Amino acid sequence: MTETNTTLQARIPEGPIKDHWDTHKFKTRLVNPANKRKYKIIIIGTGLAGASAAATLGELGYEVDVFTFHDSARRAHSISAQGGINAAKNYPNDGDSIFRLFYDTVKGGDFRSRESNVYRLAQVSNEIIDQATAQGVPFAREYGGLLDNRSFGGAQVSRTFYSRGQTGQQLLLGAYQALARQIEAGTVKFHSRAEMLDVVMKDGRAVGVVIRDLITGEITPHSAHAVVLATGGYSNVYFLSTNAMACNATAAWRAHRRGAYFANPCFTQIHPTCIPASDDFQSKLTLMSESLRNDGRIWVPLRADDDRAPNDIPEDERDYYLERQYPAFGNLVPRDVASRSAMRMLDENKGVGPLKNGVYLDFSSAIDRLGKARIEERYGNLFEMYERITDEDPYTVPMRIYPAPHYTMGGLWVDYNLMTTVPGLYALGEANFSDHGANRLGASALMQGLADGYFVIPYTIGEYLSDWLNTDPVSTDDPVFSEVVDEVNTRTERFLAIDGQRSVDDFHRELGKIMIEHVGLARDREGLQRAVQEIKAVREEFWRDLKILGTSDSLNQSLERAGRVADFLEIAELMAVDALNREESCGGHFRLEHQTEDGEARRDDENYAYVAAWEWKGENWPQTLHKEPLKFEYVPLSQRSYK
Amino acid sequence: MTTTKRAHVHDRYGWRAWLGGFFSSSIGLKWLMALTGIGLLLYLVAHLIGNLKIFFGVDPVTGAYEIDLYSEALRTLGGHLVPKGSVLLLFRIGLSLMFIIHIGSAVALTRRNLAARGKGRYDATRHYAAANYASRTMRMSGTIVLLFVLFHVADLTLGYANPDFVYGAVHDNMVASLSRPIVALFYMAANVALAFHIYHGAWSLFQSIGTVNPKYNSLRRYFAVSFAAFILLGNLSIPLAIWTGWVS
Amino acid sequence: MNLSLKIWRQASPDAPGGFKTYEARNVSPEASFLEMLDELNERLNSEGEEPIAFDHDCREGICGMCGVMINGNPHGPQDGTATCQLHMRKFSDGDSITIEPWRATALPVIRDLVVDRTAFDRIIEAGGYISVNTGAAPDANIIAIPKEAAEASMDAASCIGCAACVAACPNSAANLFAAAKISHLSLLPQGQPERWSRVVAMVETMEEYFGSCTNHGECETACPKNISIDFIAMMNRDFIKAQFKNFVRIGQ
Repeated sequence: MTETNTTLQARIPEGPIKDHWDTHKFKTRLVNPANKRKYKIIIIGTGLAGASAAATLGELGYEVDVFTFHDSARRAHSISAQGGINAAKNYPNDGDSIFRLFYDTVKGGDFRSRESNVYRLAQVSNEIIDQATAQGVPFAREYGGLLDNRSFGGAQVSRTFYSRGQTGQQLLLGAYQALARQIEAGTVKFHSRAEMLDVVMKDGRAVGVVIRDLITGEITPHSAHAVVLATGGYSNVYFLSTNAMACNATAAWRAHRRGAYFANPCFTQIHPTCIPASDDFQSKLTLMSESLRNDGRIWVPLRADDDRAPNDIPEDERDYYLERQYPAFGNLVPRDVASRSAMRMLDENKGVGPLKNGVYLDFSSAIDRLGKARIEERYGNLFEMYERITDEDPYTVPMRIYPAPHYTMGGLWVDYNLMTTVPGLYALGEANFSDHGANRLGASALMQGLADGYFVIPYTIGEYLSDWLNTDPVSTDDPVFSEVVDEVNTRTERFLAIDGQRSVDDFHRELGKIMIEHVGLARDREGLQRAVQEIKAVREEFWRDLKILGTSDSLNQSLERAGRVADFLEIAELMAVDALNREESCGGHFRLEHQTEDGEARRDDENYAYVAAWEWKGENWPQTLHKEPLKFEYVPLSQRSYK
Repeated sequence: MTTTKRAHVHDRYGWRAWLGGFFSSSIGLKWLMALTGIGLLLYLVAHLIGNLKIFFGVDPVTGAYEIDLYSEALRTLGGHLVPKGSVLLLFRIGLSLMFIIHIGSAVALTRRNLAARGKGRYDATRHYAAANYASRTMRMSGTIVLLFVLFHVADLTLGYANPDFVYGAVHDNMVASLSRPIVALFYMAANVALAFHIYHGAWSLFQSIGTVNPKYNSLRRYFAVSFAAFILLGNLSIPLAIWTGWVS
Repeated sequence: MNLSLKIWRQASPDAPGGFKTYEARNVSPEASFLEMLDELNERLNSEGEEPIAFDHDCREGICGMCGVMINGNPHGPQDGTATCQLHMRKFSDGDSITIEPWRATALPVIRDLVVDRTAFDRIIEAGGYISVNTGAAPDANIIAIPKEAAEASMDAASCIGCAACVAACPNSAANLFAAAKISHLSLLPQGQPERWSRVVAMVETMEEYFGSCTNHGECETACPKNISIDFIAMMNRDFIKAQFKNFVRIGQ
């Protein structure tokens, strides 16, 4: 690893934080409505961030091309978000405000996010709810007809809006519908089953992308004035995660290799309430909404290796460990705290279930208190899903849960305009790093994706575009395009030419095991160093022994996965390197060397209150570390305490 | 795959939608089928009630069969205000139109559905969970009913298919016709097909015209069952009565 | 458990397809249906046969990517369950299972079990939205919506667009899909201004691709979200009302 002191230009506005966004919007150069159609923008991904950005930029009059590897914009993994979306509406009158949402998010992120970005996120949160409601998102309502709120981990106010357990679905369908409207209006061109495999650069800026048509295998260049990546996170580096099977880091990683810095790759979130794996063939883990923790109580047997059925264990032989350790927040502590506590219980051999790989989440007292009907109304669909997967009835037998990789706070480094270090290349939503620091609070991912897409990028992109008025996008006949097309073609053919013995999933599973063991819930120097070596070895093995059948000129799902896993094998190493560099514990990054006596994370604000932004230096490691110092003027640095 | 703005813009509103749009749309055709279906159901009720007069025997005043008087009354509907038989003619034209629209719509929908289904067929036997025998055989039961209606008209209205036919002697014609075992069997088989047709149709029409309320939805099925049963039992009673000699 | 799988293989949209039978051995009852296929694919790959292509993604029953005909049942034998949530414990040792792609003219096979469902997007593009530009929305609590209406709207909105309804329909109709979206929006006050133009536009587009509803009700039982065919009746009602409303509207 090498370090430099070049300052990253975060473009944070001057003045009091509450005026930053207004000042910035006023100072940002505008593109006049008649000129907008002269600009071409490429958007990759149609999740909350991508679809909302495409729809809004289309409404404004830009010429937008949007690409997704799915068959429809409605499939993006945002659709799986269950619990809800935060906003500072303060409808329940419990003392919420923009500042409190901002404060909670910065604190919940363990002081590793950028204050100014987070404040803006809190500011626009209310507009998101207005926008979604106007689009017809059926949020839950009170009997009086007004919107209902519920509470969520990491907050002491009720600020979460929800649509049963399908909030992500409903918000994504809202954005998808807005996008469909623009497709019909002709402002947005939509490309389905089209995967972005590289960014094209000219004179140091992004001028287009290279796309593979997943049905015909055709590899084509596409040029634009600006490229927006809204391609989600990289949790699938762990193989078993709550992410959808196709979630991948390829777009972000390819952009990184072309010059976009990658920030805080080691900040990953392991979500506490997932259904434990049931066997070795498991292909993914299923998340149960965190909202379950509102009414469910988490416990393990008091003594280790207790094989009794849960309902046979008397009350006084149960350890409600979160309520015991964190009386103030109880079962509603932030995700990182809840996950680590569960891990400790398993370390003490108190795990439950056939494979001893879970803890109980018990609804019996809530059912006694509120009645089965109320619980069914709140969580009915989640309970059904649990029963389908485990064949156990959570109304009578406590659920079993265990942490699983879920979200990545790290991502492409972006400035206040959401532009990466590559001019003309933007990153939105989970693909960027800016808002959640070292730990994301529940119901904040939907908020961030939509904030970036609906309310941030439509303003900030004008600043860059106005420089290119009356210039055409670089022609796809330009050699810069044919070079990248050739590189992509070569790489695709290379996968097919290896002709080894092992399948792509086999390598992916092996990588995942390394990652969860050494770069998972708890990390230490030795393990991380070993991980780096092991990842390198798997990568070499991958390029020597991969077996991909079929051809590149038709739908070939193994070939698609090969490209994604090849990139995971590179990003995995960077995650380990970043985790090694960060000699502190914060949020989702827990270094065993850095903990308090009672096992809590110990941050080192003196030395590590910075964003670690990594620059790609070619195939030969090490990469270069750039630091963006973080200043906390409005939320005083403090040790998080949820006791 | 790339999507751009669709090339054609529909003329979606106004009078053109009325003539071209609505009635050529599948939902519009289903509306027509439901409305003509209601008309045909009402006709079935009237027809059955009229025919049950065969059980009333002979009118003591005139000495004529009640059912013959009933048919005469149909011909003289409108009294001296209109030419004899003209109201009945209008009814018959209306009835024929309903048949033509009902069948025409069914043919049009069938063609579209076969096209939408394409050549691919499932290899495994489909496990129909909601569709019932009646709903899946509407085309077949409808065809049987149509063939029967054609015969029925030729037999008892026009007399082509009945060697003993005497114009106006309804009672004798019915007895003569249904005394032939083949005819009686065909009559009964067609009525069973009709009952199946009604079992689905009298339920389905509510769905097609959008009369829906979760509170009353279960009543739609009871309605369809009772309607089908009423028509079936009523119609079957006549050949049975003739066979058993109760009516002769 | 051991199973005999009869699976549709088709190399490309234009290629003729056919069934191939595979033996799946030692399948764990805890495995999901798709994990069982994953395992089979791993074996095929190692034996030098191209893996079976099938669409899938979230494996939580919400993205709508997955969906195959399993022994003549769309999404398999379990009620209200997408293929990805179906588990092998619903089958028994020695079962033979026929696995086929959705079949309809508007859902052409791309490869093996993968079909093209973009016709659904065309229906939404025709009007399955509320036209509100970003930033133009009033405060979310300015309109009170009766809880019952919001809940009914949510029932309709839970559609995942998997196309099991089309696959199940003997007429290959997409009425349940279209009706779910139309009702989702028409049940809400926000959806009223465009209610009558929306239903006409979406129905017309739907009919360009799909067959017609003859009220079998198969779609409802196939739907992994148990969406009711009552919404189809509501669409039918709105469709004729729209003829009058639109007629009046152009006179204004």
